[in-house]
Amino acid sequence: MSFERTQEKLKILADAAKYDVSCSSSGSNRKNTNKGLGDATGMGICHSYTEDGRCVSLLKILLTNHCIFDCAYCVTRKSNDIKRAAFKVQEVVDLTMNFYRRNYIEGLFLSSGIFKSADYTMERLVGVAKKLRLEENFNGYIHLKSIPGASDELMREAGLYADRLSVNIEIPTKSGLKLLAPDKNHDDFIKPMVKVKNEIIQYKAEKKIIRSTPKYAPAGQSTQMIIGASGENDFQIMQTSNHFYKNYNLKRVYYSGYVPISYDSRLPQIGTEVPMLRENRLYQTDWLMRFYGFDVNEILNANHQHLDLDIDPKLSWALRNLHCFPVDVNKADKRMLARIPGLGMKSVSKIIYARRYRKLNWEHLKKIGVALNRARYFMICDSNDFERRDLTASQIKNFILQNSTSKYTKTLSNQLNLFG
Amino acid sequence: MRASNLIYDGTFDGFLTCVFNVYEYKLEDVAIQKETAVQNLLFSDSETIITDTNKADRVWIGLKTKLSKASSFKVYYAFLSEKEDIEVLLLDFIKYAFKSAVPIDKDYANPTVLKVSQISKMVGREKHRMEAFVRFKLTKDQIYFANIEPDFNVLPLISKHFKSRYADQKWIIYDLKRHYGLYYDLQKVEIINLNFSDDFDPTKTSAEYFSDEEFEFQKLWQHYFKSTNIESRKNMNLHIRHVPKRYWKYLSEKQPN
Ligand code: SF4
Repeated sequence: MSFERTQEKLKILADAAKYDVSCSSSGSNRKNTNKGLGDATGMGICHSYTEDGRCVSLLKILLTNHCIFDCAYCVTRKSNDIKRAAFKVQEVVDLTMNFYRRNYIEGLFLSSGIFKSADYTMERLVGVAKKLRLEENFNGYIHLKSIPGASDELMREAGLYADRLSVNIEIPTKSGLKLLAPDKNHDDFIKPMVKVKNEIIQYKAEKKIIRSTPKYAPAGQSTQMIIGASGENDFQIMQTSNHFYKNYNLKRVYYSGYVPISYDSRLPQIGTEVPMLRENRLYQTDWLMRFYGFDVNEILNANHQHLDLDIDPKLSWALRNLHCFPVDVNKADKRMLARIPGLGMKSVSKIIYARRYRKLNWEHLKKIGVALNRARYFMICDSNDFERRDLTASQIKNFILQNSTSKYTKTLSNQLNLFG
Repeated sequence: MRASNLIYDGTFDGFLTCVFNVYEYKLEDVAIQKETAVQNLLFSDSETIITDTNKADRVWIGLKTKLSKASSFKVYYAFLSEKEDIEVLLLDFIKYAFKSAVPIDKDYANPTVLKVSQISKMVGREKHRMEAFVRFKLTKDQIYFANIEPDFNVLPLISKHFKSRYADQKWIIYDLKRHYGLYYDLQKVEIINLNFSDDFDPTKTSAEYFSDEEFEFQKLWQHYFKSTNIESRKNMNLHIRHVPKRYWKYLSEKQPN
């Protein structure tokens, strides 16, 4: 391979792919069975971190940034005046293999602009995965983007070689999509998701009968939504997200704060701050839904459509529901423990174990790693020293905010100014 | 009963042999030291313990009946931290485990249990880091070579991971701090010692030892690393928390080019 030419392409096609945040490579289990190269079992490894603090675990590139479409929020859009490039299938295979052998990456994340047609593009993406698996014996992680509109046959093949497939829904509502990506059809996004879901279910069923059924996209599928590009509020975003989790068996939904890349008047202008704090609050809500036993409507509903920026969504819920507190940590069930602000799921399970040996007091809880500056207003333990004042929600909030410095303090004051 | 000072060879089996002796001779007030760390040997009332794998196994098997598999591994992990006085802490832990009628694994309110758990977690984190931060360079004789200087002695812990991942390439991972390494020859992993020539600089990729394409792939990787960063989201504090500076010198993407 000509290293100079590859260098140039890599620069263009990595740059174009970097706004896609679904970098996670966990959740698969493809064992190294043939003494080939690599495995993708267990936890994904972050081999490095970018200077913006994101995990680098996959070689994340576009096959090409030529595109026949013109979506307003995308750098690759047809009307954008940028350098274009395209990898050959073999080039991507060589890069992946050589990076993997040097322990730089866990695998490949391959997406693409749409050139010629959806099928033509998808065929090449599948070609890369197939070559890696069958010719190179590669057992590392492969994440392919499903190209909206690609045929069922290609989607099925993609799932045979890839660990994860994803379609980016990008814009959370139909109307937003119409405004910003007029060439795209909402149903084209949904179709591949339904297809992949059905294939996964079918393969799972077959697997019970024939042990050697090949794994179909063992790490499942995910999607991404852009935040802050088309005016949706948090309530709408999380409703959409919840809908995807429930109806399409998605493993992850990613939220990506919109990074302004164009002067298009339909979009936030270049120089507008990336809504990182809001993105973080959405992820917290997502976690509360998936791991903490919250229903999305408890956190966001018709009366409460925006997440607070100055406090996290669990604390915010607790302050709106003071009648549920204080919780006795020596007695409460797991569900209620998980609802105490300042208690993560790890602390919850430590508490459940540790209280079998003795009744826990403040000192024990501190050692276990509970963030008492927040938690103490919401719980009692084996001690006479607890919050006796009948504090109102806003008093508690003020006490907590006074005693904590957020890593987002600077961002927060900037973003709050917008509303001030 | 007199205070005793046990000296051992620094291996895990050696340590377990010490534990065996503590029970066998009902020793109390015990100090345990590695022979390399011993000071004032002449003046102290000390005894050298010879590693005996049978005795070590008996302690280990006994321990496993008292603890979950994960917790007995915590003992091993914590041992590899090489922290000062780790032996005495682990001895306390083991004694507590043997004495207690119920499994003590999760008794985090007990300071010894908590401490062992914390130290083993630190070692686990270092293991994880090394699995991530090892950067192989292809040598002229087609061996993928990496050197590391981990805070703790984690080579024994990462062997399995690399063996199953890189089953079809020869590789060496060398601990420069502890002067030993792992070599995988396509069949099995062996422990090796290397004598580096004086002009060998482990932070550089000299053309004398490494293959020609090695530079090219390092360059590609460095450029990839730069291109994948989003400037408007730059956050160096977070970056350094994830990749502490002491690891930078062996990371290809962190080299000046
Ligand atoms: S189709 Fe995809 S790559 Fe092309 S402009 Fe739209 S979002 Fe960008």
